[in-house]
Amino acid sequence: MGRIDTRVWLIVIAAGLFVCLAYVPAIIREGNLGFAVSDVFLYEAMINGLLLGGVLALLSLGLNLIFGVVDVVWICYAEIVMLGMYGIYYLHSFYGVPLLLAMPAGILITAIIGYAVHELVIRHLLDSAPINQLLATGGLLFFFQSVATLAFGIDFRNLGVSLGSFPLTEDIYISWSRLAAFVTAAACVAGLYLFLTRTFMGTAIRAISQDREIMTLMGAAQGRLYLISSAIGGGLAGLAACLLVLQYDVHPFVGLSFGPITFMICVLGGLGNMVGGFIAAFILSELIALGGYHFDLEWGYVFAFAFFIAMMFVRPEGIMGRRS
Amino acid sequence: MLTLSNVDAGYGTFQALFDCTLEVNAGEAVAVIGPNGAGKTTLMRVISGLIPARGGRMDMEGRDLVATPPHRIVDLGIAHVPENRRLFPRMSVEDNLRMGAFVPSARAAFSRRLEFVYDLFPRMKERRHQLAGTLSGGEQQMCAIGRALMSEPKLLLLDEPSAGLAPVIVQRIFELVRVIREQGLTVLIVEQNVQQVLRVVDRAYVLEAGSIRMSGAAEELAASDEIRRLYMGL
Repeated sequence: MGRIDTRVWLIVIAAGLFVCLAYVPAIIREGNLGFAVSDVFLYEAMINGLLLGGVLALLSLGLNLIFGVVDVVWICYAEIVMLGMYGIYYLHSFYGVPLLLAMPAGILITAIIGYAVHELVIRHLLDSAPINQLLATGGLLFFFQSVATLAFGIDFRNLGVSLGSFPLTEDIYISWSRLAAFVTAAACVAGLYLFLTRTFMGTAIRAISQDREIMTLMGAAQGRLYLISSAIGGGLAGLAACLLVLQYDVHPFVGLSFGPITFMICVLGGLGNMVGGFIAAFILSELIALGGYHFDLEWGYVFAFAFFIAMMFVRPEGIMGRRS
Repeated sequence: MLTLSNVDAGYGTFQALFDCTLEVNAGEAVAVIGPNGAGKTTLMRVISGLIPARGGRMDMEGRDLVATPPHRIVDLGIAHVPENRRLFPRMSVEDNLRMGAFVPSARAAFSRRLEFVYDLFPRMKERRHQLAGTLSGGEQQMCAIGRALMSEPKLLLLDEPSAGLAPVIVQRIFELVRVIREQGLTVLIVEQNVQQVLRVVDRAYVLEAGSIRMSGAAEELAASDEIRRLYMGL
């Protein structure tokens, strides 16, 4: 019962923080509650936060899936997204492949990278100390960045595709690419949920994340389930790449702009807990969006990181994490 | 059916089993009894491949167990109900049973096996949508046995099925062993509850400090002064 109580408190605190961050700065600035409540740009910021949250949720889902099953944190996860973005960019801008073909190809590329990362690196470290596994995936991060720098140079590349925006109301404009990213991410989260709960292979993946040794007794070859999960995780990174390449420039270090936040989301939600990661993605994205709106974009990140650090003191196991 | 000859096993530098020789014939129920830390659980884990044997031979119906990869052991007809049940706690009872039918042959027969297990444990049918971690201890043991039976095994390995259960429930679990035997299964059971287990098995081995010290028919051992003094507190 105690745990349910803390969860209720957390929701109350999060809601309180949200209201404070959303309205209080505007009230202080304008000295007028009415203005804050009718501030259309504030609502635009909230909606953008929500849309950003969708992509972050997708990213954290892939990382959580791999961690839940294989029990290794892929520090280089965002760099796989970066490689996927480059893949789509080159296929489309360089080789003239239509975007709707280049995107599935990008997903395939990252799925193969995910598979290869497990087969070539992680598989050999499964019995090593966790710190060695972390160092190895951290090394892969620099490896991927260097490979991208050598192969593609450090120029910022832009797909040059703009989907434009549409007016939600007279004053609030929503970017199509952000909305598409949110809808796709939400559909993918739902699809993965159905896969994990309704299919035999999905049930096996959940089972192995709860007790890997027992799945061996059941007759499951661990290695195969690990590879499947790694490939799915890689594919999710590719899907995120499809959505991000429409909004951001590609460069070898683009992973750094959303890699750390993805880890924070996973840890805040409870490592390996997909539902927790999903909730945490929206909490952090709203903090970033609202902080960015009222102050500067950088301040948004400051709020998000400060909230994260505070939460690590209050609830180190994460929002939905289990005390072990 | 199952033969172990001169099996050695251990963890790291620690050797837990020394030169164990043991046989289980088809249709028998055999117990391995012994004090805490004697290596009983290690013995079960060696048979099901969770720990590699360091020496000796193990055969299941003439097939070499030592050379079989761990996840293929269940294909040979061996199902292991592990110590502490080890259910998937955050999955429903039915999903736990589904994982018991992981191997392709059992997966194809899933609905038939499920019906079999639900007939054996009507309680599991009532609770099929409940998370396994929220079941009572006795129900968890039923679920763990049910999960093992899903693969349609010939030999069932039961590791301390009575551990941590209330006396009334322990009675019921041992009653179950009888029922499972009537289904034609061969049972190898590890127990600390010596007095009760000797009532449901045909033969027993006494394992002490990693070595088989004694073996014999269940009634013989139950009547032995040494066993009564050491393991039954009589």
